[in-house]
Amino acid sequence: MTLMRDDEVSASATPVEAPVEVISRGRLVLRRFRRRRLALAGLVVIVLLYLLAFVAPVFTPWRYDDLDYAAFLSAPSPSHWFGTTKIGEDVFAQVMRGLQKSLTIGLLVGVISTSVSAVVGATAGYLGGFANRVLMWVTDLLLVLPAFLIIAIASPWFKGANWLVFVALLAAFNWMITARIVRGMTLSLREREFVLAAKFMGQPAWRIIATHILPNMASLLIVDATINVGVAVLTETSLSFFGFGVQPPDVSLGTLIAAGTGSATTYPWLFLAPAGFLVAFVLAVNLVGDGLRDAIDPSSGGGR
Amino acid sequence: MTGPVLEVDGLAVSFPGETGRVQAVRGLSYAVGPGEVLGIVGESGSGKSVSSLAVMGLLPPNAAVSGSIRFRGRELLGLSDKQLSAIRGRRVAMVFQDPLSALTPVFTVGDQVAEALLTHDRDLSGRDARRRAVELLDLVGIPDAANRSRAYPHEFSGGMRQRVVIAMAIACDPDLIIADEPTTALDVTVQAQVLDVLRTARDVTGAAVVLITHDLGVVAGFADRVMVMYAGRAVETGPTDAVYAHPRMPYTLGLLRAVPRLDAAAQLVPIEGHPPSLVGLPPGCPFAPRCPMVIDACRTTEPELSVVDGEQYAACLRGKEIIADDSATELRVTTAGGRDRIVLSVHGLTKTFPITKGSVFRRRVGAVHAVDGISFDIAEGETLGLVGESGCGKTTTLMEILGMAKPRAGHVEILGRVTHELDKAARKALRADVQVVFQDPVASLDPRLPVADIIAEPLRVHGHDRTAARARVAELLDLVGLGQEHAHRFPGEFSGGQRQRIGIARALALRPKLLVLDEPVSALDVSIQAGVINLLDELKAKLGVAYLVVSHDLSVIRHLADRVAVMYLGRIVEIGAADEVFAGPSHPYTQALLSAVPIPDPPVERRRERIVLTGDLPDPAHPPAGCPFHTRCFRRLTLSEEDRSRCVGTAPTLASHGVDHDVACHFA
Repeated sequence: MTLMRDDEVSASATPVEAPVEVISRGRLVLRRFRRRRLALAGLVVIVLLYLLAFVAPVFTPWRYDDLDYAAFLSAPSPSHWFGTTKIGEDVFAQVMRGLQKSLTIGLLVGVISTSVSAVVGATAGYLGGFANRVLMWVTDLLLVLPAFLIIAIASPWFKGANWLVFVALLAAFNWMITARIVRGMTLSLREREFVLAAKFMGQPAWRIIATHILPNMASLLIVDATINVGVAVLTETSLSFFGFGVQPPDVSLGTLIAAGTGSATTYPWLFLAPAGFLVAFVLAVNLVGDGLRDAIDPSSGGGR
Repeated sequence: MTGPVLEVDGLAVSFPGETGRVQAVRGLSYAVGPGEVLGIVGESGSGKSVSSLAVMGLLPPNAAVSGSIRFRGRELLGLSDKQLSAIRGRRVAMVFQDPLSALTPVFTVGDQVAEALLTHDRDLSGRDARRRAVELLDLVGIPDAANRSRAYPHEFSGGMRQRVVIAMAIACDPDLIIADEPTTALDVTVQAQVLDVLRTARDVTGAAVVLITHDLGVVAGFADRVMVMYAGRAVETGPTDAVYAHPRMPYTLGLLRAVPRLDAAAQLVPIEGHPPSLVGLPPGCPFAPRCPMVIDACRTTEPELSVVDGEQYAACLRGKEIIADDSATELRVTTAGGRDRIVLSVHGLTKTFPITKGSVFRRRVGAVHAVDGISFDIAEGETLGLVGESGCGKTTTLMEILGMAKPRAGHVEILGRVTHELDKAARKALRADVQVVFQDPVASLDPRLPVADIIAEPLRVHGHDRTAARARVAELLDLVGLGQEHAHRFPGEFSGGQRQRIGIARALALRPKLLVLDEPVSALDVSIQAGVINLLDELKAKLGVAYLVVSHDLSVIRHLADRVAVMYLGRIVEIGAADEVFAGPSHPYTQALLSAVPIPDPPVERRRERIVLTGDLPDPAHPPAGCPFHTRCFRRLTLSEEDRSRCVGTAPTLASHGVDHDVACHFA
């Protein structure tokens, strides 16, 4: 029998004289993401929606707060592409106006609330001890206190604040449940040997969280973020009720949908137009999220 | 009662898979006679377990089974589940690998054995069943069976649970016992006990036994005939002695060369490549791509099992030509002479875990002394093997060394510096010199990081820039025998052996002085194991790293270590040069441990006198007074009354028994 030195040099054994370029995770994920057609399509749709929201109003004769006294509740027509409301506002102009805000609100709230839950949950789970107790105490407190009660009490302070405060508020009441889930997953990941290995090589805690713990729960975080985008657009209406955020005559997709729901069967364009854009937006975000998840998760098939 | 108990003929099992049908078993035939022990050996994925599940009719419904399985002349294939149930359990019994999941946690073991009796014998009264259960538990060697039968499974240790499972298996006096890896989850000394029980069970019931295992040593001592499986087929079968002495199939030959042996320190010869995927196998012998004596005909036709010599059959075109020559090269790496530079030294290290009670107000009610004042040191380029059974504190010792926190007592010095006195920056710098390879190559690599990033991680942590790290990664991949094209793949795409190589590459990235290896090969298949062991040997010679190897497998330690430390209940009972300890063990525990390890050589294995320890590891929360081993010590039984009390009264300390050989026994 011949002596064999090695048990498993890859069978394909391409002659490797020239060093193959070593690619880091960031570039690898990007490369994998670019191979997902649907995800790219989703990205294109989001960009198109933004373009539409900001460019289209320039080309329509109507502003969102113009009233056309000649057309109340008229169906879509060449002069009013999506019809008009009962006081003669142009629905197309309103939807575009609403889209401008809702796109940004949705995306920002999704990203911010998921990031907060990821950071809080992972920190509490990984560090344990005192940090865990304080962070989870805050989380539980926010969970049990009704969010809208707090907002109602605090609303006088926010009078006249701009919409960014409003994004922060939406995000602030949306992260707790995910944070608890993230903490639970961190607790089990923390015991895994690759985390131990990183610890024993001297990797500081925050880097272990960033490079090992969070990527390993990316699927959860991405799904959470995409859901949050849709939820944020809709809950934003209920915040408007407290007197900040989007106030009439200004509109957002959320307020338009809320106003149009009642007439969904009688004057469908009032409901269908804003709802259709919301669906398209959320769908696109979902596609991007799926693509991102597949790109980060090596076990999902597809090109490397 | 003549004729075979079980006849399997042309059995084929396939499962639907994502990429096509998985041909798990492809035409398997064998027969077992009454009282005969057939050992089925193979690596994971060879179809050995699937074939026995088919006999029991326990395959999932999506499996397609064809061929014939006859039990006492009756065809089992095609019987309904109800008809099979009448045979299963009563006439055919099964012993599974994991004794914990084979028992229901909410019933007492006595009730469970009684239940096995009652299901198949309606006339039996409850009281009789219970009395018989106690008898059976007594038979399988459970001390104080009448009382212990009222205990729940979690109150038993692994070995005791496996005894209970065997008691259940023989409850109805079966004709056939199928044991699927019955000792894999157990420690060596317990494994020896359980094999003894299984032997008793065979003698009492006169049943045929089918023993499925990956451990060639277990089969050598126990089986009458052996069948070697590869890629869903039997590739060699015959009387155990003949197969081990003159394997006629290159795969068997390779397996025997690849398994580390306690009684020989020869260089291991790994089998190249890894087992084929069972989806869409190409024509020809499935072993051909890994076979060193492959000829063209091997790639086109798959050989059938055919007689090579008397009762020995092999599925190899060149079976008759193969006669093992013992030319395995002796290539042992000798240690550098002096032990002048000490890399790691541990002084009186102690680690306790508190036992607490109460959920509202936690209070300490005691402490487990996981590690109880151990001391040892490792010189540059030296390998120390830390051996012991599970629960003896090996892994805790490692974690204490690597954690660099202040231990409960004692201290750890790495490169002459006391670890817990260092500040944060110095500790981080010191971490570069101590790296670790974990047991489980699946869990120890982040599945979401490409291999290049995994290997580069320690480099980046210790401040190497991206380009330097990149060059080093290429170098390391080469060093551990992986191609550079592997750099941007993810760990999930590699086999176990390759992943362990990646783990080793990561550990070597910073050119450490000390490499800590926690059971480095125990999660790998035999043929892959040898490759990794050889790699570790080679790296030691090349790089001069010191190794601290922890393992429960003495054969592995025999191959790797220059010095050995044997641990029992948190203490070192024997430490010294490997050759000396293995040749002349002085502590009774070491002797028992060594004698319990099966040797894959049937004549040697049968001739060996085996010391079977009684009982299990004592509860570490309440260790025995005096010498921790006195409860299981066989030497103590031969002592006078006065000497015996000394074992209980004072704990022995390590005393010199040679140039480099210390033993902690009053009567060594």
